[in-house]
Amino acid sequence: MDQEHPNLSEAKPVISLRDLRVSYGETEILHGIHFDVRAGETLVILGGSGSGKSTLLRTLVGLEKPSSGQIWINGKDLAAVSSDELYEIRKKTGMSFQGSALFGSMTVGENVALPLREHTELEDSTIEIMLRLKLEQVGLAGFEYHLPSQLSGGMKKRAAVARALAMDPEILFFDEPSAGLDPIIAAGIDQLILELKKAFHMTIIVVTHELASAFLIADRMVLIDKGNIVAIGTVEEMRSSAQPRVRQFLDRVPEPDVEGELDYLQTLTERYRRHR
Amino acid sequence: MVGENGMEFVSQIGAGVTDSLAYLGSLAMLGGRAAYYTFVGPFQGKSLRLQSAAAQAMEVGVRALPILSLITFFIGLILALQSAYELGKLGAMNLVAKAVALSMSRELGPLITAIVVIGRSGSAFAAEIGTMKVSEEIDALEVMAISPVHFLVAPKFLAMIVMLPCLTIWANTMGILGGALFGVTQADFTLGRYIQASIESLYLRDILSGLIKSVMFGITITAVGCLEGLSTGGGAEQVGRSTTKAVVISILLVVVVDLVFTAAFFFLGNG
Repeated sequence: MDQEHPNLSEAKPVISLRDLRVSYGETEILHGIHFDVRAGETLVILGGSGSGKSTLLRTLVGLEKPSSGQIWINGKDLAAVSSDELYEIRKKTGMSFQGSALFGSMTVGENVALPLREHTELEDSTIEIMLRLKLEQVGLAGFEYHLPSQLSGGMKKRAAVARALAMDPEILFFDEPSAGLDPIIAAGIDQLILELKKAFHMTIIVVTHELASAFLIADRMVLIDKGNIVAIGTVEEMRSSAQPRVRQFLDRVPEPDVEGELDYLQTLTERYRRHR
Repeated sequence: MVGENGMEFVSQIGAGVTDSLAYLGSLAMLGGRAAYYTFVGPFQGKSLRLQSAAAQAMEVGVRALPILSLITFFIGLILALQSAYELGKLGAMNLVAKAVALSMSRELGPLITAIVVIGRSGSAFAAEIGTMKVSEEIDALEVMAISPVHFLVAPKFLAMIVMLPCLTIWANTMGILGGALFGVTQADFTLGRYIQASIESLYLRDILSGLIKSVMFGITITAVGCLEGLSTGGGAEQVGRSTTKAVVISILLVVVVDLVFTAAFFFLGNG
């Protein structure tokens, strides 16, 4: 973990997490997350279902409040800002949601134009040009008058990326970019992320459990398990890591102590009998 | 001597009361924020979504007219029949017009309007916002630094507080016409005389108290529908649950608000 990517190690951190803890009610989901994201890097947050990776992402964009700790984004602590300040920070970030979250009642063009209409004083004609540009960047030129329901899964994802790009964000977040897509379409989305990275030098944070996609797009990776960071490092470091938990995840070894389906049924029925 | 069951019962009541108070608090907060974006926001550079509000007004108000007209016309007719049953015995059939006009504009006009609007729009608010919540669209608004209350709730709020009084006036009129059908066919009124009698029996305060109530109903219905939508959990079946809850709670709260305001008007000497 000491030898980090040479080009990126000097870059200053854009996001710093300090002992971040998040709870839903009584249950703590994240137990003290601590890492930096550097300007211009693509950081992939890896983890299985229920590892807390989605919660981490939601906390990073301010949708969940941490129970303790700090999230520094461009020198502001997300855990302590007012809602106005939070909105100012959010104007410089974009997020592509797992289910794309396009507004079904608006056309693709209106979806992409929405942040521009809300936050800028630009003329309609300028917004029109900008939204065409954004759609072109994601390979959806000519689809501005379609409704989201008329698009395929992959196209919806692309439209969502165009909307996230609308305000020219400094930081771009992706929640499971390849979820629910076939491998070819998913590879297309990976390609899109790589192109964005090359073209705009944005800081990109991706949450995923897709290993192939993670290794393709990442500069660095964080592996999260049960709310703790298991490992953090460059792609090469992760690949050559000897940590058992990392190996297990990367080599896709099933959890040994998981009960078989029959055992599970048996415990259930026993519990039921005892209850009676 | 309070047994274990007794204690549990008491603590359940306590929990129920705190939950209800917390719910009312959330409603008040949502209503307050919607009011802020409607009345104060425009003076602080936060544009009022008039286009969206107009579309909502069309949906909430204009499209409700046919069904509301039919229902309130029948209610007026029923009121005339019921009051004639008693007034006829006293030989005071000429008071039917007054009875119908008063009960429509003071009570039933606003209440029936509210219930029709709950069924059509309160449920729709919860379903629309709940679906958006489930598909992460509400989160998407937040992340784009657009307040969901500003974007979604405020236009509905404005549409409701404008349209509910309008619908109520319409409902009053249709109720009186319903009563007139009875008056003309069964009680020797002419249509002109019936309407004349209705108008003469109404004071401005009768109509105004109904309109004030209808504005409060509008606020209640919007707040409940939108709050239920915004607090929808994950999954499509939760949207259905939110919609049902929105309707049930709105009806309950509208009746409570009705009672509070009717009592207030009564004790303030307006009654």
